[in-house]
Amino acid sequence: MNRVILKYALGALAMGWLGLAAAAPAVGEAQKQPLNVHAIVMFFIFVLATLGITYWAAKRTKSASDYYAAGGGITGTQNGLAIAGDYMSAATLLGLTSMTYFQGFDGYIYCICFYVGWPFIMFIMAERLRNLGKFTFADITSYRLDQRQVRTVAAIGSLTVVVFYLIAQMVGAGQLIKLLFGMEYWMAVVIVGVLMVIYVTFGGMIATTWVQIIKACLLLGGGTLVMLLAFSRFGFSLEELASQAVANSKKGMALMAPGAFLSDPVTAVSLSLGLMFGTAGLPHILMRFFTVPNAKEARKSVFIATLCVGFFFTVVALMGLSAITIVGTNPQYFEGGDLAGKLIGGGNMPAMHLAHAVGGNLMLGFLSAVAFATILAVVAGLALAGASAISHDLYANVIRQGQATETEEVRVSKVSSLFLGVLAVLLGIAFEKQNVAFMVGLAFGVAASCNFPVLILSMYWKGLTTRGAIWGSIAGLVSAVLIVVLSKAVWVTVLGNEKPIFPYEQPAIFSMPIAFLMAWLGSVTDTSARAAREKEAYEDQYVRAQTGFGAAGAAAH
Amino acid sequence: MSTAVYERIRKNPKFDELVRKRSRFAWTLTAIVLGIYFIFIMVVAFNPMLLATPIWEGGKASIAWPIGAGMILLFWLMTGLYIRRANGEFDDINSEIIKGAVE
Repeated sequence: MNRVILKYALGALAMGWLGLAAAAPAVGEAQKQPLNVHAIVMFFIFVLATLGITYWAAKRTKSASDYYAAGGGITGTQNGLAIAGDYMSAATLLGLTSMTYFQGFDGYIYCICFYVGWPFIMFIMAERLRNLGKFTFADITSYRLDQRQVRTVAAIGSLTVVVFYLIAQMVGAGQLIKLLFGMEYWMAVVIVGVLMVIYVTFGGMIATTWVQIIKACLLLGGGTLVMLLAFSRFGFSLEELASQAVANSKKGMALMAPGAFLSDPVTAVSLSLGLMFGTAGLPHILMRFFTVPNAKEARKSVFIATLCVGFFFTVVALMGLSAITIVGTNPQYFEGGDLAGKLIGGGNMPAMHLAHAVGGNLMLGFLSAVAFATILAVVAGLALAGASAISHDLYANVIRQGQATETEEVRVSKVSSLFLGVLAVLLGIAFEKQNVAFMVGLAFGVAASCNFPVLILSMYWKGLTTRGAIWGSIAGLVSAVLIVVLSKAVWVTVLGNEKPIFPYEQPAIFSMPIAFLMAWLGSVTDTSARAAREKEAYEDQYVRAQTGFGAAGAAAH
Repeated sequence: MSTAVYERIRKNPKFDELVRKRSRFAWTLTAIVLGIYFIFIMVVAFNPMLLATPIWEGGKASIAWPIGAGMILLFWLMTGLYIRRANGEFDDINSEIIKGAVE
């Protein structure tokens, strides 16, 4: 049976999304566990604390700027923790620990690929995003282009990313909670949905940010504590840790070198591109850049986020490596006490078993509660990004053409988040038995191919016109979705066909160039008077992007 | 109101200086990060056993781990290097330019 898990881990590694949708491989394996009292009590405390924050935030949320961007009043350090929180999901904790547990160094390579996008965001994007943006990233792409057209496609791109990502998180949450808390699947999904809607509608960005900050601290603290307790069993010696892992794993010395990770270079490069540029195109991450008062703080937040993410990935790799010896040689954690058999709870459980092994039921309960809190924080950020795309882009600027009052706009946003919450719960329940790993792939693929190319071109290329932006977005969206649908992940696994039509599952390496090419082609062949005006308007935009003069500042309180 | 100010900022030679300096710095750092990352991925793809070299003679722990951690640390320090200059030197020139244009 161990072979089956290994095969699964390898398959997921090739698919690349284990780190993100790690809860998904648990689909079908997640048996309900006995009620975990420690976990439930600690989770209850977390929920009470976050509801308290939401109440406090609701009183401070008066204007649209408060609602969408926390009034620009978040500091760089706070925002850095929140960005890191958006990036470190429960799936990162469970999936990457499990990958190091089964694959050794390959798990750490995956972490590095996942990490390298951050310096890039710092050097190339952070200050321009802050200087040009207001509430959503469409504020930037439509800055000098046709508001209605460009915002419409940007909103479609955002909502596609948000909905797929939400479904994956919901299904993951349901499975994970069933497993860790011993709760019914549908109950877990409903609880996540209800709390998400409460945070977003009442507390807006202020509450969402603080929930994310608390969760990031809990996740970093909890992970570090488990890692230190585990590492102390090896006397904090890397050599001791490594030699015992090699002795206790069937993979032996293969743990210590890259293995299957790049056996398929096209997939690996495509995955790397998708992770790197997908991050820079995720609407809920981009929104975070508008919550700080200026470019200085925006840079500081990327600095802090990069530190937290890099540190956390290293902690997770050490946890996985320790678990090989601590969990892998303890029959208590295997079904029927058979060391050659399956891990109890499935292949994503090494982190949880490790917590139990080093800190007993209390630590297991704590880490479970942190995992649940993590999911809540991530879905809240997603829901806010989706609701903003509907209210700020579609309603206020496309339908009402900028004539809506702030009160109307925020009201529409609250109704939209309620609608997204209901949709997420229904889809979460509908997809219970499906393998949803491909949905996170799709979300990142669309973010990298539909949102990112037009965003970066609008900031860096004078020649971009409305027509180019529309062509680029649509080409990126369609090609990314088509590639995923025709690949094995959907065509064979979900739709039950025999052979995939398209051989690769990672769209980025194909769909990103298509999007850039179409954006370029659409722009250079555009000789209309409007296109000429748009190119001329780049001058002012360029000065604002560089200096921050005229940027949406901290709201007047 | 702002177009005139933007025009004045644009005409200030200091603006060109700021943009040139900051862009060159940002792109140099980007090139270094991508270069190191690319070399690492190439080693992983074409000579993975190089990374299996033990840290201590006769030991099991391979150099792969400290190299990975070293990359993460280095990239983070480089973001630190960037904000040091951007939030200090560059932002000083920036506020000077804006002050000059608004008056």
